[in-house]
Amino acid sequence: MSTMLAIKELRSYYGQVQALHGLELSIREGAVTTLLGANGAGKTTTIRAVCNMVRSTGSIEFEGKSLMGRPTESIVQYGIAHVPQGRGTFTTMTVEENLQLGAITRKDIKAIGADIEKMYAYFPVLKQRHTQQAGTLSGGEQQMLAVARALMLRPRLMLLDEPSFGLAPLVVRDLFGILRKINQEDKVTILVVEQNAQLALELAETAFVIETGRIVMSGDAKEIANNEDIRKSYLGY
Amino acid sequence: MELFVNQVLAGISTGAIYACMALAVVMIYQAIDHLNFAQGEMAMFSTFIAYQLMQWGVPYWWTFPLTLIISFAGGIAIERALFKPLGNAPVLVHVAGFIALFAILNSVAGLTWDWTIKQFPTPFGNAPFLGSQLISTHQAGMIGITFILLILLFVFFRFTRVGLAMRAAAALPESAKLVGINVSWMIALGWGMASGIGAIAGILIAPVVFLEPNMMGGVLVYGFASAVLGGLTSPFGAVMGGFLVGVFENLVGTYIPGVGNELKLPIALALIVTVLVLKPGGLFGRAYVQRV
Amino acid sequence: MTTAHETATAAPATGKAAAAAAPSMNVARAASLITLALLLLAPLFLKNFYIFQMTQWLIYAIALLALNILTGGSGQFSLGQSAFYAVGAYTAAVMMEIMGVNYVLTLPAAGLICFVFGFLFGLPALRLSGIYLALATFALAVAMPQVLKLHFFEHWTGGVQGLVIIKPDPPEFIKTIGVKMSQDMWLYYFTLVVGIGIYIASVNLLASRSGRAMMAIRDNQIAAAAMGVDVPLYKTLAFGISAGITGVAGALGAIAVAFVAPDSYTIQLAIALFLGMVIGGVGWLPGSLAGAAFMVFVPNIAESISKGLSGAIFGVILIIIIFLVPHGARQIAYMAQHLIGKIGKSS
Repeated sequence: MSTMLAIKELRSYYGQVQALHGLELSIREGAVTTLLGANGAGKTTTIRAVCNMVRSTGSIEFEGKSLMGRPTESIVQYGIAHVPQGRGTFTTMTVEENLQLGAITRKDIKAIGADIEKMYAYFPVLKQRHTQQAGTLSGGEQQMLAVARALMLRPRLMLLDEPSFGLAPLVVRDLFGILRKINQEDKVTILVVEQNAQLALELAETAFVIETGRIVMSGDAKEIANNEDIRKSYLGY
Repeated sequence: MELFVNQVLAGISTGAIYACMALAVVMIYQAIDHLNFAQGEMAMFSTFIAYQLMQWGVPYWWTFPLTLIISFAGGIAIERALFKPLGNAPVLVHVAGFIALFAILNSVAGLTWDWTIKQFPTPFGNAPFLGSQLISTHQAGMIGITFILLILLFVFFRFTRVGLAMRAAAALPESAKLVGINVSWMIALGWGMASGIGAIAGILIAPVVFLEPNMMGGVLVYGFASAVLGGLTSPFGAVMGGFLVGVFENLVGTYIPGVGNELKLPIALALIVTVLVLKPGGLFGRAYVQRV
Repeated sequence: MTTAHETATAAPATGKAAAAAAPSMNVARAASLITLALLLLAPLFLKNFYIFQMTQWLIYAIALLALNILTGGSGQFSLGQSAFYAVGAYTAAVMMEIMGVNYVLTLPAAGLICFVFGFLFGLPALRLSGIYLALATFALAVAMPQVLKLHFFEHWTGGVQGLVIIKPDPPEFIKTIGVKMSQDMWLYYFTLVVGIGIYIASVNLLASRSGRAMMAIRDNQIAAAAMGVDVPLYKTLAFGISAGITGVAGALGAIAVAFVAPDSYTIQLAIALFLGMVIGGVGWLPGSLAGAAFMVFVPNIAESISKGLSGAIFGVILIIIIFLVPHGARQIAYMAQHLIGKIGKSS
């Protein structure tokens, strides 16, 4: 399998404060990769940098094409969907309008309706609520909506920022089950940023561990999960 | 009773003016999330462009679409030239920019077309409408066009992809960018559309209040008030707000002794403020919920 | 709706500026001393008409200070300052001309009446924010001239004609110490003393417990409430204090111009005050002087360039200023401080 996304020497800044210090990370096509780390380690900054939402230097290449300096709204043209932290739900719009927004850049308008039905099959609760304002959904439902909205792009790469945040454990299990299905059946490559290391390591094949803006460890997800030293010192379980 | 009915009718016909302007106000609010204080002057300027075209011999029904196109382009140009470069400057600085734009348009119109009042033609005629002296055919036509505009806007925002993208860009710019919406151009488009709707409002209002550089001063205040009363998030609410303000203003003038023309506006505004204190989102608007 | 507080908090401070804090404190002190010296000495070399303009400038600066306390301090927005200014002006006029009270005593009276008026207006305004508050205050500004014209009050206010006030003479002791001073020059120094007093009081207010409470509300109302700040009290208090100071400015304005009429206090005055605040830098009290200078002099400059296009020239000047320094005079002060700090370090 070939490398889909390659990040090299990434340095990102918020004002005068440097958040990433030469981060290196690569994602194989078709795989689920996870980026683990504590609060403030730079996980969110990393995927925000991919979408050019934070001032950065270094190189980010998607299938050999540089993403550096591309406006945020043009990233979807590469087939990259970003599920932001806090879900980014358009709360005043209906569930169905949120899904349509996910496909707003697609040219194959006729196929969009079928894709919405497909999302309803993945997430039946969204079908029940499709005319409701999205702001009235529960946290878990909004997270499903955010994932569904990202899938409406028919992305090749999906970036998820802490999808488990604030959700009940059972809901998280469901959600991760669906992510696995999306990866295997729809062939979507996934990068999931997580604090919930245990769960993320079950889902992912490859894992990276970030600490204060640098990758301190990377490798096979199962090996990392089985290595007690790493687990204790970096992942806290 | 007859007096009451007549005053309500007269109120509806002035309300049509406010409704039309309120629609333009809501349009820009949807796009940029503030009120544009120069909007009345932009509408006035558009009306003068229509006037100029007619002076050059362009027939009315050609003037109308031409003015619309020029105003649309003008609105986009103003956004690109003035307000996009201001970018992330604080809101109050943008408001100062609106005031500057107001002063410039007003002054340039005065110098170009002078300050005398001018007749402006109406395509509907000025005969009594259905035998009523209180509503002319022009005012009836104006109400009709306001409702057609309202329906078009509703369809645009509800059923078209561009309309959906515009709403998303206004509601949550960062998320909108992540789904691939070019937020910056959506704002420009909003300016263009607001400017176009303003042009229609100006062309419809000018036959009633006559054309001059200060024609929109009072109208814009009522337009803002109507939009706020109806709820800034709802085009339908804005139109209803316009008619309500028109009717109320007329009834106050008729039934409360000692209220001359001068006190009508303060009383109307006081009522609106009272409504807002009781119902902060406006009569037809969404309640605004803030998260910490 | 994004509220005014963004403006107030978005001072263009940088880490480097903070590093230069020690010498810049001295810079700031030196700058205030130079300003004070200029304010004290300038009238001695100017003609009466220019002294009168400088008085007007100081009076607007006081009114801007008041608006800065409201918007910069508590994050509330007001387009209704002209109404408070009018009430202050009429208080002074009615007291002096109809009741025969000494002009000095009209100032505290105007301040007190406007404080109560502002406080009461602040109560319903509690429910409103952003655009809605702007509309409510705007309504106040629009209504005020019409109310002053009412027949009902004509006995006091003089109706549409307004009231003429006799300009006060310099007090006796100035003559006895052998200084010859015109009415205009006396009023200038009188205004200056009142202005400095209000400025010092305002600085202390914002630095006090109450000031911190207001600023907490500006930055995050809900969090402030959770910390135990009495939000309704401080918001209405901010309105009251701002209105009170504006009232004092209005009274000074009435005395200086020696005339009050309803149409001197229209919404245009409120808009001019708003622009003055933006030009000076929202929430930065010394900026009030710069903002007031804009209010007094830029319309004149525009007029002198072209009578027919004065509005357009005014607009263009305004746009140029907000493009160059969106944070107003405050930004210039920061840049100057920064520069001087750098020079100080390298030498």
